[in-house]
Amino acid sequence: MRADVELIGVTKRYGAAVAVDGISLAIPPASYCCLLGPSGCGKTSTLRMIAGHESISDGDILLAGRNVTNLPPAARGTAMMFQSYALFPHLTALENIAFGLRMRGMGKAERLARAAEFLRLVQLEKMADRLPTQLSGGQQQRVALARALITSPKVLLLDEPLSALDPFLRTQMREELKRLQRELGITFIHVTHGQEEAMALSDIAVVMDQGRIAQAAPPREIFEKPASAFVARFIGGHNVLELPQGRFAVRTDRTRLAPAPAGGGPHLSGHVTAVEYQGSAVRVVVQARDGQTAEALLPDSLFHASPVAPGEAATLGWEAQEAHPLPRDAA
Amino acid sequence: MPRLFPWLQAAPLALVLAVFLLVPVAMLVIVSFYDYDSFSLIPAFVLTNYREVFASFVTWQTYLKTLYFAGITWAVTLGLGFWLAYFLAFVVQNQTLRTVLFVLCTVPFWTSNLIRMIAWVPFLGRNGILNGTLLATGVIKEPLEFLLFSDFSVILAFVHLYTLFMVVPIFNTMMRIDRRLLEAARDMGAGFWQTLWCVILPLCKPGIGIGSIFVVVLVMGDFATVRLMSGGQSASVGLMIANQIGLMQYPAAAANAVVLLAMVLLMVGAMLRVIDIRKEL
Repeated sequence: MRADVELIGVTKRYGAAVAVDGISLAIPPASYCCLLGPSGCGKTSTLRMIAGHESISDGDILLAGRNVTNLPPAARGTAMMFQSYALFPHLTALENIAFGLRMRGMGKAERLARAAEFLRLVQLEKMADRLPTQLSGGQQQRVALARALITSPKVLLLDEPLSALDPFLRTQMREELKRLQRELGITFIHVTHGQEEAMALSDIAVVMDQGRIAQAAPPREIFEKPASAFVARFIGGHNVLELPQGRFAVRTDRTRLAPAPAGGGPHLSGHVTAVEYQGSAVRVVVQARDGQTAEALLPDSLFHASPVAPGEAATLGWEAQEAHPLPRDAA
Repeated sequence: MPRLFPWLQAAPLALVLAVFLLVPVAMLVIVSFYDYDSFSLIPAFVLTNYREVFASFVTWQTYLKTLYFAGITWAVTLGLGFWLAYFLAFVVQNQTLRTVLFVLCTVPFWTSNLIRMIAWVPFLGRNGILNGTLLATGVIKEPLEFLLFSDFSVILAFVHLYTLFMVVPIFNTMMRIDRRLLEAARDMGAGFWQTLWCVILPLCKPGIGIGSIFVVVLVMGDFATVRLMSGGQSASVGLMIANQIGLMQYPAAAANAVVLLAMVLLMVGAMLRVIDIRKEL
């Protein structure tokens, strides 16, 4: 199947600094793709290059097989939802949504009728005549979403769309984004620095680091087989350990407090430096004699059966097949 | 006592406004109903002063001329001011350069109004620099007469004096426009003119309103520029009032001042109806 969005050796340089370093990526049609990474990793630059708001120093971008590298944003078939939404403060919700159609020269009655449909799509019919300042953050976001969707883009680009929302709304909007993507059957490319968000949403997650792609795969694969120590650390839930046998990632929820290294299985001995109660689980951090720290996420019942306290000696153990080997070279 | 405190706090400003604004205006209105002869003011209540304002053809002409100056100056300063502000706010990307250019705009204000006007005389005169250059290069055969002591030179001086009053408020509103809005407009297919018309212009309205009020009010009340730059061939209401004061016809001057004040207030009121400047304050 032909990819919806394809990046070939895409590079972005700002003077001498390289923000995006020759990345190649193919995003299958109608998929939810998250660009994930710490700030400064080049994810936003990548998104803006796909959108056409940033020139491309080198490489090509193909949308549905068409090279769009030098096309202006509106000619690409993409639409962007901006961080903090960039709604026009002088236009009502309805007029904001209709803006794209107005730019295409559609008559007033027709475009407002179409905009009303999209307002219904995001369940804001009653807010049609409100100005952006009269809308809550979540409502503004829905307006921004409807505004981006009204021109029927083939690819929707979202720049940290959930970062301005409170945690409760964030989960709700997350579900809604996923539902919309499924219903519309178009590709969403979503930039985020939250691994939880990326895991929850993406069909394909792209972990970026220093302008390069560290790993691009379905989230389950990333979580179960992180490609590098960076990915394992960034995605969370992993201990990255240097052991005599090599470097390994071990999931914290598969790590247990072992009574003693009797079986000779893989283990790490040291003393407990922190115990955190998290409700259904308890997080125990152990520092080994060589300075490495690792943690175990224990089901609360297991922890309470034989609790430990900070300062006590403890040993972490795991099944040999749970240790996922990592390449040496990567940071 | 605590109830008195807010009043006390507001008192100094209220007092200043009363003494320096309300009392003089009230006096102006009162004097405008006085009678007068060649030598003295005669306290009375007569309407002759106003009758003269409204019945005289010359007065009507002067008012129209003042409106004409204000209208043309407004249009030219708006056009110039908008694009200068646009250049400073959107074209210049470097903050230091922007500050330097902005300060450069204010350089003419480092000298007095009169000096700036008089400076035009040797430049625009019949044997001035401009005519001399044009004659020498053979562009024209005869010196251009309209350059100085004409409506052209009056408006030129007004534009020179007051464009900055348009630039500053418009620049100010432009700098507050979130740059992502322009990007969002571009994302939705807006070209340069569409972005200008549908996004930048509506968001600049408060600045345009404030600048317009400045320029219109300043031009409507001016008398020095018209006198100097028209060489006595044009008149404005301000000049007419100044002349009446010179002839000791204070009640007539006061009546004209009251009419002018009412007119300017109406114009400002009309502008405030169109544009909500509260967002800017």
